[in-house]
Amino acid sequence: MSKVIVVTSGKGGVGKTTSTASIGAALAQAGQKVCVVDFDVGLRNLDLVLGAERRVVYDFINVAQGDAKLGQALIRDKRVDTLHLLAASQTRDKDALTDEGVERVIGELRQTFDWVLCDSPAGIERGALLAMRFADEAIVVTNPEVSSVRDSDRIIGLLDAKTRRAEAGERMEKRLLLTRFDAARSSRGEMLSVADVLDILSIPLLGIVPEDQEVLRASNLGAPITINGSASPAARAYRDASRRLIGETVPMSPPDEKKTLLNRLFSRRAA
Amino acid sequence: MSLFSFLKARGTAPVARERLQILLSHERAAMGPRDLVAILRDELLATIGRHVDIDPDKVTVKMDRATGFSTLEIDVEIPCDKVAVSALRNAVSQRATAA
Repeated sequence: MSKVIVVTSGKGGVGKTTSTASIGAALAQAGQKVCVVDFDVGLRNLDLVLGAERRVVYDFINVAQGDAKLGQALIRDKRVDTLHLLAASQTRDKDALTDEGVERVIGELRQTFDWVLCDSPAGIERGALLAMRFADEAIVVTNPEVSSVRDSDRIIGLLDAKTRRAEAGERMEKRLLLTRFDAARSSRGEMLSVADVLDILSIPLLGIVPEDQEVLRASNLGAPITINGSASPAARAYRDASRRLIGETVPMSPPDEKKTLLNRLFSRRAA
Repeated sequence: MSLFSFLKARGTAPVARERLQILLSHERAAMGPRDLVAILRDELLATIGRHVDIDPDKVTVKMDRATGFSTLEIDVEIPCDKVAVSALRNAVSQRATAA
């Protein structure tokens, strides 16, 4: 059974593309057939984060407009062969995608893949609405920061109103992926806690991705953080999140309190 | 050092939380589907507004959702100047004559 998931947030820069690539790669490594689709027409980046920027020949718009076959546009990852990318167009204008075109391409992807992850552009304009429109579920990527939480709340409202599922009166499942979380700062009351964000947004939690320097390193290299079996905290968090998507029960490992306490002591000493 | 940490100002996260809760309760009411609490809030404020001139800055509305129940807290500062009081008296006397 195929599942189409939109990775969305409203606000830009919170980690939609990183999360799409990391979860997509983790699912593919677990043997699932995965396609990650970049909906950010004109500002594509998923290809870059996946290290496939020089392999894009045909893109989403070419397929949606019938100028290329889906098979010609799909880019198979060189490291995990069940991971595929459908890149966005870098040159066309964002109105080139139509409801009908997107619906047809998503329908075709459903026939081939277990998971279709739609990387939404930021904002609440046409591109973001198209990315969520035909999805079965949503991952709402949020930073523990006021503007991100506010925008996520807005996006949750749109998911409940503007998707095909919502219009058909069906429930649109939405799960929160809290990224760039800093347990130490949160425990000092300097950052919204996981409970704060969950309480405000009232959707279930898919995962907590800690702030981690490895994330930048991975995007520098064009290799999703989950791809090399990295033991970094963010990689582990993304792997756990992808296992929860598959339906496994993975305990939500609470931020390491012991380490946090040590960090606090050391940071105090240093200061 | 940590002995004196309680003297430092508490973190800013509670402020963030509070601000978000107030802001989002308004935005949800303005954009989302109307729930009972939002309807009650609007009708209560409208009722108060018929008798008193409400200064929007002097109204605090808190809406909270929990499992099984929601809470609505409306805090309205009612000015004691003559205009408002006379408006209230007029309203009361009108109702008395009507009855």
